Amino acid sequence: MQVTSSLRETLVTGGKTVADVSNDISRQVEAKPTKLWWGAFGVSLALLTYGAYCCWMLVWNGIGVWGLNKTVGWAWDITNFVWWVGIGHAGTLISAILLLFRQRWRMSINRAAEAMTIFAVICAASFPAFHMGRLWLGFYWALPLPNAFGSLWVNFNSPLLWDVFAISTYFSVSLVFWYLGLIPDFAVIRDRAVKTGHMTRAKIYNALSFGCDGAAKTWMRYESVALILAGLSTPLVLSVHTIVSFDFATSVIPGWHTTIFPPYFVAGAIFSGFAMVLTLLLVTRKVFKLEDYITIYHVELMNIIIIITGSIVGVAYITEFFIAWYGQVDAEYYAFYNRATGPYWWAYWSMMTCNVISPQLFWFRKIRTNLMATFILAAIVNIGMWFERFVIIVTSIHRDYLPSSWTMFHPTMYDIGQYIFTFGIFFTAFFLFAKFFPVINMAEVKSIIKSTSEKKK
Amino acid sequence: MGRTSVIQESVLSKYQENQKAGRYEPHVSKWDEKVEPGTLSLWKGHDYKDHHWAMAIDLNSCTGCGACVVACNVENNVALVGKDEVIRRREMHWLRIDRYYSSDASVDDLVGLETASENPEVVFQPMLCQHCNNAPCETVCPVAATTHSSEGLNQMTYNRCIGTRYCANNCPYKVRRFNWFKYHDNQKFYEVNPAMNTDLGRMVLNPDVTVRSRGVMEKCSFCVQRIQSAKLTAKKEKRTMQDGDVITACQASCTTGAITFGDLNDPQSKLTRLLQAEPNPDRPYGIDKKIGNPRAYTVLEEIGVKPNIFYLTKIRNKAEAKA
Repeated sequence: MQVTSSLRETLVTGGKTVADVSNDISRQVEAKPTKLWWGAFGVSLALLTYGAYCCWMLVWNGIGVWGLNKTVGWAWDITNFVWWVGIGHAGTLISAILLLFRQRWRMSINRAAEAMTIFAVICAASFPAFHMGRLWLGFYWALPLPNAFGSLWVNFNSPLLWDVFAISTYFSVSLVFWYLGLIPDFAVIRDRAVKTGHMTRAKIYNALSFGCDGAAKTWMRYESVALILAGLSTPLVLSVHTIVSFDFATSVIPGWHTTIFPPYFVAGAIFSGFAMVLTLLLVTRKVFKLEDYITIYHVELMNIIIIITGSIVGVAYITEFFIAWYGQVDAEYYAFYNRATGPYWWAYWSMMTCNVISPQLFWFRKIRTNLMATFILAAIVNIGMWFERFVIIVTSIHRDYLPSSWTMFHPTMYDIGQYIFTFGIFFTAFFLFAKFFPVINMAEVKSIIKSTSEKKK
Repeated sequence: MGRTSVIQESVLSKYQENQKAGRYEPHVSKWDEKVEPGTLSLWKGHDYKDHHWAMAIDLNSCTGCGACVVACNVENNVALVGKDEVIRRREMHWLRIDRYYSSDASVDDLVGLETASENPEVVFQPMLCQHCNNAPCETVCPVAATTHSSEGLNQMTYNRCIGTRYCANNCPYKVRRFNWFKYHDNQKFYEVNPAMNTDLGRMVLNPDVTVRSRGVMEKCSFCVQRIQSAKLTAKKEKRTMQDGDVITACQASCTTGAITFGDLNDPQSKLTRLLQAEPNPDRPYGIDKKIGNPRAYTVLEEIGVKPNIFYLTKIRNKAEAKA
């Protein structure tokens, strides 16, 4: 007999049983890929191929194929880097912080969000790699490896080096955490394959599940490792974007040298991360018919997080402006004056509209429980967050201290191509994940089926 | 927003009253008092036991002829990149002449100031690596490709550079130049840069200076090859270095003698005497020498990067200042 509580919102609707969970989630792993999947996967591969061509041209000819110049040394590259890292923050927040706070609504969304995190971090990491003038040396010189160059060592003062550590730690922990969660679900798919006689599939998923046997001892270990990893990832949610913000905050450039960057970047990261999770999940739930698992209630809760983080970001923007005026430092004052009224005013006002004004619409219950409105606003938030990074990076350096060096930045097809490349990576990986891996954490959802789902017979 | 932290100028009548006319002396606030920006630092500073190379540029003497730019290009094998790349703002000059026009707009009209007067007053400012004692570029390089020498030079190690361009972004003076393409042995630059692309052309290259490869950063080196060669000559002749042993290319080419290069540790050097520099008694080899010349200033003093290049105020020979 299933218990329904009058106090708690229903997390799984449609009167699902434990068996239904296995069936619903394993279904698309076991079935042949649909035409829709092939189409979407094909488009992603095409993007990836075109992007790879742009990467090749970049590495072969030099960074000059991008639109950068003597004044603007970073533009789309680092904008995209920060944007992707920001998107990669939602997964770990959902799985680690919400786990520690015992928010059980996270269970239907954490798998996809973590996968998104991992792919987004891969996309992000591609930019610091490809933006280097000498990638073939930089990718290992930037690591503190013992070497035969005499006393040469990395520069521990450099925020870029801190980034290397922050991103690689975050990636490793997220990957392990994600994979650990997948183990019992792989075992379920294996067991189902054994029953239906698909022995090849059984072998593959058995290997993927490390031969998980479902014994009580195995579950006990699984639970403790999950908790330890959640504890390890929690500080990372806050530290990674803090360190990314240090790239700017520790510099001497007006508009970059800003002490509120760490909390402001972390809030922005969660803001954009949740928007991206929503974008992906709204499509996934529709295509895979998972409406009973990812309910309007989930969407609403995520929209509330978007309001909170969006408002924090809005306060940060206003604070920056207030301090620029209150501080009365000429260069700082001009940097912000130029942001709002200079040649890049359109980027600034796109950012303000998309990030500060549009998420406030979620105060209306009708809007935050409307799927189409959520989908559109989530896309707008991601556009706004891209502009935020562009505004911070490009409008700060295109007109800094000496007017003699003021320039504009004009992107070329290779700047755009490099961005397309990461979309190719992201969606190719995400579609492979969605087809071959269970998109919802079955083991966890089963644990809440009895206490938080709609009444079952 | 004024430009007083970049260009400091005045007129003769005011200069005759006060030699510090036109000087902008910024202060930063502590909780109880205002102090000079250089006095507050997180860094320990450097001690230059042997030489402390520095430069003075007299804005009053500079005519903006650009001979120093050409001399620098020739001396340091600076690549010529051609019209297309210059339009993209990718000229490689280590030394440039910044030119500022006066404007009729009031100093508060930030947009109006972008338009010059019908008949503007002009000021030229040779701008090159300021060899900051607290160099913002040095701290941000992840692989320590740009470092500080024991003689005050901010030096680039091309072989170590991986081309993140972080140093250039963090340079307040925007004097760092990136090799966007391979400018040597590249057909694309055959027409515009024959010195690096033809056998005959290569004969003009300075053999003492590396031709930089694609993907690395470069900038003014204070003609380190000349410093090195002067040291070796002095050593061979078994003497200490004399003032005038090192003449940088820009200094040698300057027709008006606006550029003075020298050793601030040498009390007799022309530079020390010009700047009236005195060592700090508490730390005689330290970076913070007292500069006595009332006309001497450093650009963007308020951000505390402590350049080793000093500019002397421009004093116009007329009674009244224009806006």
